[in-house]
Amino acid sequence: MGRPQTIGSQAKPQLWDFPGGLHLPEHKIDAPIRSMPLPKTLVFPLAQHIGAPAKPVVEVGDKVLRGQVIAEADGYVSTPVHASTSGKVIAIEERPVAHPSGLSARCIVLASDGRDKAAPGRTVEDFKALELVELRNIVRDAGVVGLGGAAFPSFIKLNPGSARIDTLVLNGAECEPYIACDQAVMAEEPADIVRGAQLIMHAVGARQTIIGIEDNKPRGIAALRKAIGEQQASNVRVVVVPSRYPQGGEKQLIQTLTGREIPSEGLPLDIGIVCHNVATASAVWRAVVYGEPLTERVITVTGPGIKTPSNLRVRLGTPVEDLVAAAGGLAEQGARLVMGGPMMGFALPNARVPAVKATNCILALRQADVRPEEPAMPCIRCGACAEVCPAGLLPQQLYWHARAGEFDKTQNYNLFDCIECGCCAQVCPSHIPLVQHYRFAKTEIWAEEREKRKADAARERHEFRNARLERIDAEKKAARAAKKAALQAKKAGGDPVGDAIAKAKAAKQAAPESDSKATDDPIAAAKAKAQARKAQKAQAEGAVPSAAAAQEAPKDDPVAAALAKAKAAKAAKQSDDKPDSDA
Amino acid sequence: MSGVTLSSPHLPVQPSVGGVMRGVLLALIPGTAAMVWLLGIGVLINIAVCVAACLVTEAACLRLRDRPLSPFMRDWTAILTGALIGLALPPLAPWWIAVIGGVSGIVLGKHLYGGLGFNPFNPAMVGYVVLLISFPTELTLWTVERADVATTLAAQFGGLGASALDAVTAASPLDGLRTGLSQNLTVDEARIASVFASGGWGWVNLGFLLGGLWMIWRKLITWQIPVAMLAGLGIMALVFWLIDGDRHADPLFHLMSGAAMLGAFFIATDPVSGATTPRGKLVFGFGIGVLVYLIRQWGGYPDGVAFGVLLMNMTVPLLDTHLQPRVYGQGKAGRPDR
Repeated sequence: MGRPQTIGSQAKPQLWDFPGGLHLPEHKIDAPIRSMPLPKTLVFPLAQHIGAPAKPVVEVGDKVLRGQVIAEADGYVSTPVHASTSGKVIAIEERPVAHPSGLSARCIVLASDGRDKAAPGRTVEDFKALELVELRNIVRDAGVVGLGGAAFPSFIKLNPGSARIDTLVLNGAECEPYIACDQAVMAEEPADIVRGAQLIMHAVGARQTIIGIEDNKPRGIAALRKAIGEQQASNVRVVVVPSRYPQGGEKQLIQTLTGREIPSEGLPLDIGIVCHNVATASAVWRAVVYGEPLTERVITVTGPGIKTPSNLRVRLGTPVEDLVAAAGGLAEQGARLVMGGPMMGFALPNARVPAVKATNCILALRQADVRPEEPAMPCIRCGACAEVCPAGLLPQQLYWHARAGEFDKTQNYNLFDCIECGCCAQVCPSHIPLVQHYRFAKTEIWAEEREKRKADAARERHEFRNARLERIDAEKKAARAAKKAALQAKKAGGDPVGDAIAKAKAAKQAAPESDSKATDDPIAAAKAKAQARKAQKAQAEGAVPSAAAAQEAPKDDPVAAALAKAKAAKAAKQSDDKPDSDA
Repeated sequence: MSGVTLSSPHLPVQPSVGGVMRGVLLALIPGTAAMVWLLGIGVLINIAVCVAACLVTEAACLRLRDRPLSPFMRDWTAILTGALIGLALPPLAPWWIAVIGGVSGIVLGKHLYGGLGFNPFNPAMVGYVVLLISFPTELTLWTVERADVATTLAAQFGGLGASALDAVTAASPLDGLRTGLSQNLTVDEARIASVFASGGWGWVNLGFLLGGLWMIWRKLITWQIPVAMLAGLGIMALVFWLIDGDRHADPLFHLMSGAAMLGAFFIATDPVSGATTPRGKLVFGFGIGVLVYLIRQWGGYPDGVAFGVLLMNMTVPLLDTHLQPRVYGQGKAGRPDR
């Protein structure tokens, strides 16, 4: 690592290298962005971002306008959802959504009225005049999330907290085969990206922006360089990086551009960097300055199974089948539809699921283009996976332990540094779906940790309850014992002297420091009584009576001593479970 | 469209286990050809018998273990195991030697541990060592000159008496050296011929070296194990040769004799039983090289590749655990450089 390499570009910036990676066939289209007709029905999943799902604020039958909030953020890590056209809410129900699990999730279903009437928005003349918190709130209320595919709420990444940020990295690498939407956005909206960079730099206090773009996107590179020149943005520069998957991984791009590594399980913030996708920068700019919430994005609809591969400007919520139709339809029935790229995307359960904020690509693969569904062979530890792992992991060892259910050992092999890029699975001669095993191990570990936290809380509660019950019990017992001692002291009968002595002893065993000089004076009886009360109090406060105290009985009166000893022992036994060996 | 969610990546994969094994078998051709040229047709018969024994045993084991036949019979691993054991056998060894070697390798070395991918020891070397320990006499039936077809067939399939066999067999160079040294001869006196003289084992080793380099170029194996093993053997030989050249053969002799190259590129590189981390591979290979020299020089056998590999196989879990590569974001990471 840290091996510098220079490639041809204007300023010849120093570049570093990341380990592993793959040169994959690119299959990228270089098509202009096309608009598509308004869909009739739109489906808005409430969970389109990392974090808590949004809460619906409309009801079935409500009329909504384009840009109107239909579900509000719920909690800090959450964003609202906006209607992407005007129409009527026809259902709020479970619908199949684009998720690796293939499960359904709650969605708001909107019937378009075809008028596409926009809700009034507020515009900002000078973003620098805004308070930073206000800026973040605008971005949050606009529902902007990371458009590179992870869909993390962007306003959180505009808040560096106590971290000192020097560099904003804009990710335009787009390293996965087939995906071409970022190149299209860079080529057609370069000015907004550069302005967005200025805005984000302002928000996080960064001094410079580096836009990292793979060398196979000349149109995007040229357009951005032109926009930077026009805006005289000397603090923004485009750095061309070699095309190699997964160059666009946040960690890999930062390593290539700066030579710095994000600490394990840390954030770019930890090394003074904030990283956003290029299209996100544009969306942030439009949200703040034009008051445009995130209601559309560019999606590449492509693959050998698509008749006319296209870059489409898509209203969020549009069903995938509409996207496929707008790109000429499927070239072959039974093609596999993938949301995302071929390396990290997931197969869709059907074509009716909607496009969401995270959707960067719809890929149609014919049966001939995908790996045959055959059982995996055993791992032969050839190590091809380790050669290509950009994180420097040992996928073969991770697999071995994940498969055996030895999740603690997978953590010894740094499972959580895996970025799930899929390079290992791509080169595996045994055709093992390695990433799937790592995802499984991760979720198992998370579940285990959750269980453990729950169990710990339950155990603490239980222990606290036990302690409380024991305390109450001890208090009761002590009170009872003291009362008994007091009663016996009261029952002073034929032998006042001996009784008084015994009482004095009983008192002494609880408060041994007290003076217990036995006299035949009746005053002594009263004194003993007082001391018994004192002993009761002491016992109630948790003092443990000790038979040893009784042994201090004066040797000159063996009867009294014996009596006192017996009583002390009884008291001790009652207030303490411990068997008293001295008694 | 299928209703299942299929796991990424969604691209077709080129390599396969069978493909890797086929590549390794192809790479064996130059060295094997040199052996046939040096020792006669017996080499090929050994390989054929051994491969057949391995395939039959593999099928039987899979059937007994209730595993599917088709994917495992087509993975070429049993064929490779058979070929490697066959190459290790002397050209005049009787046919049942090859059979026992193949059966032992597959049963004891592979399926008793759970089959492909689960064997801690190199199956081919397990098979060979079973023979080495059980049938030491039959494993000395080497020749110095190419044996003709008739003699070979007679030796391998019966009909050649002990005296006739004695007449055609001769000690291999390593064995000759070892015997000579034990009779207080110097290296020069004990050595039968130069390794590159006609009939020299140097050509065989050169053939396997060629195949091995081709495998590295094709990325079928990585460089670490062969380089480290040859370095271990070469450095040991160099040190002792410099100390006393009369009692120790020179490094070139060691590197070009016996199973040095076959072992370095084809046997020690068995991925399943070998170390898998880059640094682990270096230690693994170097250890084998050192052990090969120790066994050749002071052990009870003329060559030491089999024992060297099996001994180092035992260290693999330790090496892989303690010689992990540095992971992204661990250690020195995270210091701003501006």
